Amino acid sequence: MWAVILRRLTVAVMVALAVSVVTFGLSHVAIDPALALAGDSATDLDVEAIRERYGFDRPLVVQYADYLWRLLQLDFGTSYLTNRPVLEMIAERLPATALLAALSIAFALALAIPLGVSAALRPDSIVDRFALFFAVAGQSIPNFWAGLLLILLFGVQLRWLPISGSDTLAHFVLPMIALGSYATPALMRLTRAGMLDVLASDYIRTARAMGLSWLSILFRWGLRNALLPVISLTAVQFGFMLGGSIIIESVFAIQGIGYLAWQSMSRADMPVIQAIVLMISLFYITLTLLADLLNAWADPRLRTPA
Amino acid sequence: MSLASHPPDDAGRIVRRPVADFARAASRHRGFLIGATVLLLFALAALLAPLLTPFDPYLPDVGNRLKPPVWQADSLAGHPLGTDQLGRDYLTRLLYGGQISLLIGFTSVAISGTIGITLGLLAGYFGGRVDAVISFIITTRLSMPLVLIALAVVAIAGGSLTTVILVIGLLLWDQFAVVARSATQQARSADYVRAARAIGCSLPHILFREILPNIAPPLIVVATVEMANAILLEAALSFLGLGVQAPLPSWGLMLSEAKTFMFFDPWLITLPGLCLFLLTMAINLLGDGLRDLTRRGSG
Repeated sequence: MWAVILRRLTVAVMVALAVSVVTFGLSHVAIDPALALAGDSATDLDVEAIRERYGFDRPLVVQYADYLWRLLQLDFGTSYLTNRPVLEMIAERLPATALLAALSIAFALALAIPLGVSAALRPDSIVDRFALFFAVAGQSIPNFWAGLLLILLFGVQLRWLPISGSDTLAHFVLPMIALGSYATPALMRLTRAGMLDVLASDYIRTARAMGLSWLSILFRWGLRNALLPVISLTAVQFGFMLGGSIIIESVFAIQGIGYLAWQSMSRADMPVIQAIVLMISLFYITLTLLADLLNAWADPRLRTPA
Repeated sequence: MSLASHPPDDAGRIVRRPVADFARAASRHRGFLIGATVLLLFALAALLAPLLTPFDPYLPDVGNRLKPPVWQADSLAGHPLGTDQLGRDYLTRLLYGGQISLLIGFTSVAISGTIGITLGLLAGYFGGRVDAVISFIITTRLSMPLVLIALAVVAIAGGSLTTVILVIGLLLWDQFAVVARSATQQARSADYVRAARAIGCSLPHILFREILPNIAPPLIVVATVEMANAILLEAALSFLGLGVQAPLPSWGLMLSEAKTFMFFDPWLITLPGLCLFLLTMAINLLGDGLRDLTRRGSG
């Protein structure tokens, strides 16, 4: 087990470094940071002064090493626009996004697992067909459009829920549905496929032959084994949600990280964008690493090197 | 496929007719048929847009702003789906918008497919270090938030149709690479590959002429899924104002422009979204159908 942990950890650290190279490239190579910092009204002399003061005139390798060193000290830089530490700006916005993502993934699982299991119990039945249709439809619906429709229906027509902002929990209901329904189809399909596999397996047949009750078979052995792959996908989907929440946050004006990223992009505030991309990537890498290890712990067959 | 479906011909040979077999199976698959028909209708409507509508998609007519569609009172004759905030015929805008979505879908998948399939073939064929490096690139790409990276790059490079196609094409290659890699790993030791190597075929010939046609079915399925994803991603970028720029009639951009008017003129929101939804769903149904059909055919 320790060897597995060490190997996975090494890969995760290397991927994290590769991502940091990309985010560094976004803000230092793709655009001239001195120009972005100086603004439109600056003279050439101002730009030159800024370049010297912030060290943008040094070789790129030195600048990258410096960037990495600061990152290790949790220094994510300063916003070009507000002059505040980026970390502080993100920390303010984190709770809203974390809440939205957690609610959405819970919503998706609450929908996907019962639907996937009941579809697998009766393949080709009405339930199964509905589940499959629901999966294709859910995959095809643009989630910002779903958000707008939810606003029109529940916010404007029925007036049940608030449509904009992030002050109360009620503000999160519509965004949760819009963001969560996007992750549901994949989770549902995987639950259904896993359940079908498990139900056809020898140990379920043995358990049934022993005369154990169908429900206890289903929950004690069936669901537990069918859901192992769902854990990994949930981690992956959670990561996607943090990235994808930018769209939903902009539709519902939720003051989260996604909204901050969108604002920063419209104004070319590179340090903020860079930090958000990097943080979401690191979070995703950590999540998938944990899911991998959890699976390796639960299923010894996965511990052998691929 | 069992021998029974391939009766011997007069000379006693087994006749395999993959295209005819596929067509017969496809004509019975409901999802595939619906998907193919709807996609074909969208493609025809987009291509024939100049013949189907007399209006210019760009020319404003401020005297006739925000006229509702025919099923509402106060609609204007000649504008079955009403007009937008600048008085442009909405049906015309939607038809030309289909051109943009389909163009994005096909071109960006051509780019991402080329990148992903090449990487996957190389990783699967060589294994070892080459595989380790390419797998590492795939993992890194998967670790970065797709929408955010796409938005950041478009924000830096400036939004235009070409930028959006390039950005989506350069980002959405991961599934092609993953699928091509594992399929090639299985094909690597097949007899036809060994034979090709033995008679001294060049590496590109072995990869693209021998292996690729044999692993094509799952890759075609990936291509449909990624085409749907590319269309949705363009719409999302344009919706956020960091994609295709006005006055192009991209469905995502139309949704973004109509947001301000949605409370009084909701059809401005429902129609472009519905088009996006139907087109994406048709492509996904087609892909699911192809997955069923090719899996059955190879069994």
